[in-house]
Amino acid sequence: MTSRNLSTQLRALVVDDNMINRKIHQKMLNGLGVECMGVANGKEAVDVHCYGQSFDLILMDKDMPIMNGIEATKKLRSVGICSMIVGVSSRSMEVEIREFMEAGLNDYHEKPLTTAKLASIIHHIINTKVFYSYNDHFIFGKFLNDPFI
Amino acid sequence: MDKVRLQREAAFIRSSLLDQGYLDEQFIQLEELQDNDNPNFVEEVVTLFYTDSARLIYNIDQALLSNPTDFTKLDDYMHQFKGSCSSIGAKKVKNECNGFGEYCEAQNYDGCFRTFQQIKQEYINLKKKLETYFQLLKEAAQIK
Repeated sequence: MTSRNLSTQLRALVVDDNMINRKIHQKMLNGLGVECMGVANGKEAVDVHCYGQSFDLILMDKDMPIMNGIEATKKLRSVGICSMIVGVSSRSMEVEIREFMEAGLNDYHEKPLTTAKLASIIHHIINTKVFYSYNDHFIFGKFLNDPFI
Repeated sequence: MDKVRLQREAAFIRSSLLDQGYLDEQFIQLEELQDNDNPNFVEEVVTLFYTDSARLIYNIDQALLSNPTDFTKLDDYMHQFKGSCSSIGAKKVKNECNGFGEYCEAQNYDGCFRTFQQIKQEYINLKKKLETYFQLLKEAAQIK
């Protein structure tokens, strides 16, 4: 079986109205072997999904014009987007974080993000993909008497 | 001026900026992202910061001139500005922004105005120091 470097096959969407943060987070993700694109608000994040794009990870800023991170997260979950959505914000009040989490986040981090924090998120995604890939192969192989198993 | 001397001067400015609290760990994070594909990444980010934050500073200035004062708008602009400062590791400027937020919450116009003058001063101070730093690095890079 050919080994796959899953990290180079991950795709991320950086959703942030601040172009400095988009540039930094995209650079961090590229350095971790993740292909990424950036959009400037929640509406654009929803639109790219409507156009058929999919991502393994969405970094979602909270405070954005047009559509904020809470609204965008709710909308994405309501249309069945199951990607890992990690909320990021410089706001640190518990009530605001809770509201953001309840919108459908998988995780939340305070800005600024570091490469170490992103690496741990990416590793989690990779491990989840490996687990489900293994289980799919195991179950499928059993049904077909796959000699590989 | 020779290459080594220029590099030493640049390194001295960098250490001073970190030791004196003008910059923090986030600036070091940016440096660690710099590589052969993006050899000027830090300077690009800092330049983007000064270009983008000029707009926010103008907005805050205008909001302070408005009558009556819209403290919600002021707080929003300052939140955006503070976020950008945080992203490049502009520690001193960011810390001055905390004071502004408190005056906004208290709807204290004089406090907001005074603090904003200090913020602009720190912002300009850092800009001058970083310009000198990047200029030295550029000059050193040009010498073979």
